[in-house]
Amino acid sequence: MNETEDKRRWQETSGATLKPRKTLSGLSVEPLYLPEDHTGTYGEKVGLPGEYPFTRGVYSTMYLERPWTMRQYSGFGTAEDTNARYKRLLAEGQTGLSVAFDLPTQVGLDSDAEEAEVEVGRVGVAVDSLADFEVLFDGIPLDAISTSFTINATAPVILAMYMLVAEKQGVPLRKVSGTTQNDILKEFVARGTWIFPVEPSLRLVTDSVTFSAERLPRFNPISIAGAHFRDAGATAVQEAAFTLSDGIVYVERALQRGMPVDQFAPRLSFYFYTYTDIFEEVAKYRAMRRLWARIMKERFGAQDPRSMMFRFGVVCGGKTLTRQQPLNNVIRVAYEALAAVLGGVQSMFTAAYDEAYAIPTEASAILALRTQQILADETGVANTIDPLAGSYYVEALTDKMEAAIVATMAEVDRLGGMVRCVESGTIQRMIADEAYRSERAIASGEQVVVGVNRYQSREAGELHLHAYDPSILQRQRERLLSVRRHRDGGAVRQCLSDLRAACREPEKPLMPYIVEAVRAYATVGEMTSTMQEVFGTFQEPVVI
Amino acid sequence: MPYRVLIAKPGLDGHDRGAKVIARALRDAGFEVVYTGLRRSVESIVTAAIQEDVQLIGLSLLSGAHLPLTQKLMAKLNEGGVKIPVVVGGTIPEQDIPVLHQLGVRGVFLPNTPLKDVVQAVTAIVEKAQQEEAVR
Repeated sequence: MNETEDKRRWQETSGATLKPRKTLSGLSVEPLYLPEDHTGTYGEKVGLPGEYPFTRGVYSTMYLERPWTMRQYSGFGTAEDTNARYKRLLAEGQTGLSVAFDLPTQVGLDSDAEEAEVEVGRVGVAVDSLADFEVLFDGIPLDAISTSFTINATAPVILAMYMLVAEKQGVPLRKVSGTTQNDILKEFVARGTWIFPVEPSLRLVTDSVTFSAERLPRFNPISIAGAHFRDAGATAVQEAAFTLSDGIVYVERALQRGMPVDQFAPRLSFYFYTYTDIFEEVAKYRAMRRLWARIMKERFGAQDPRSMMFRFGVVCGGKTLTRQQPLNNVIRVAYEALAAVLGGVQSMFTAAYDEAYAIPTEASAILALRTQQILADETGVANTIDPLAGSYYVEALTDKMEAAIVATMAEVDRLGGMVRCVESGTIQRMIADEAYRSERAIASGEQVVVGVNRYQSREAGELHLHAYDPSILQRQRERLLSVRRHRDGGAVRQCLSDLRAACREPEKPLMPYIVEAVRAYATVGEMTSTMQEVFGTFQEPVVI
Repeated sequence: MPYRVLIAKPGLDGHDRGAKVIARALRDAGFEVVYTGLRRSVESIVTAAIQEDVQLIGLSLLSGAHLPLTQKLMAKLNEGGVKIPVVVGGTIPEQDIPVLHQLGVRGVFLPNTPLKDVVQAVTAIVEKAQQEEAVR
């Protein structure tokens, strides 16, 4: 059979009136794919799972030996409230923890700061000092459970707290596993929990990456995140390109410290949003695995295959959740989770259907966990590795996605690289352009959102939403006050003074000073303001 | 003369997709738009609104702290005798909408509100406030 002849015949008959469609991110999709649409040799571009270039997955056995980690992003109120929710989620079969912090903790304010007052314990758990971490992980064995922390500007402080709470549990540091997001570059662009200017922020990231490489061999000190670009409006291509470009910056910074690439690169991890266009998402993850492996091997000369492994977590939900007809969100998240698993994900958070309104209730959070469990145990999608490999469409789309990501990365380079583009607001503007384009596409009906611009119906029933407990502020402030009263004030002042002095010496690694301050029960706010005295504050380029 | 509006992010929330999309939609509809950037205090928002001589303040809130922050802002405006109308957008549970109206908020926009509806409503609110001002 002649494939080219076949395609021509099909196009002249059935395909004559069909127009190419587009993925959610605007990549053109042909109505039919044939073997000829995928070029290049199998061994060079696809290969075996667990082998370079890792297109089919980072591990040779993938889910057959170990399913992805089910890690629901969760946290609210005080450490007691959140500890109880974690125990419930673990009892329901969740396999890892993911900590959501409140905004004051994320931007370095203590719970008794005036600006913090209305936000304490609202979108996540309030953490002021090590005393909160002792309660947060009470009864949770840190040698058996890994924890992911969505924390950025204050990530070094949280890393120190986790290390010390594990130490108090008697867990050896070589067994401590988890992740701090610690990707400050993307905070300047989206999500916005920056504190210090770009350069000192990068210094702190690099400090914690090298510290972790030396002390915590099973900990991921950074999760280079595209998710927040995506939810701010970026296309899948931009999400991937900006994230890989950020990854390159972090690798370069660690190399500049004189650390060999294979000492830290195996612990770099990634994090993305998975939206509802299933094949585009699968192609995105397969293309990024191949690209990162090449970057690490060819550009940075990595030799350890683990340095080339693109390990990633995902979140499903976000902007794809709608306020209208909220139960539809259950279905969206289920499809997104399917896409992530077909894309070879390592850990997953499936958002609850009511998260377009508020943080989830216990019932909606458990339903979101069940979504993953049904996928893992009933659907059979995890029975074989990379089941979509060899699909004419998926391989062709993977190639197309890869080329588009490379082109966007080249554009960022042409504009002066990621750091300069972030400082000038260039990336922010590119993402805002896409957010507006997508909103207008929804307004015009070009992009269909069920329940929003098609199949609208009268809203049925009332949702029972999570309610903010007004006693949180008082309970949290009481613990903070008690910590301030009972700690050795002189020791805290000495630790903060040492930290301040270290900040003034650019060559000095800051993690050891942060660890000592945390050990003395210095607070997040005290350490942050100490560093701010030296580093100053980021000046946001305000762009619409 | 085009109307001027201030789009503001009070509190600590850093999610500004909605604020920026609405700012652009209003700009495309002929408004002059001033955007504050992130993490602005209620005081600085009120000061900016007066200095920029805007005809409307739009608050974007996604952290769940919309009630106390809006309450603070309205109190600050009342304290200074400032008559600029305020609208609020973001992840607002429906039961909070009447509470916001009671605080004096003129319009509440939830996620997925069509852009043209926001533009129309904002235009109507500004025009009504201008008429009230003229009568006074």
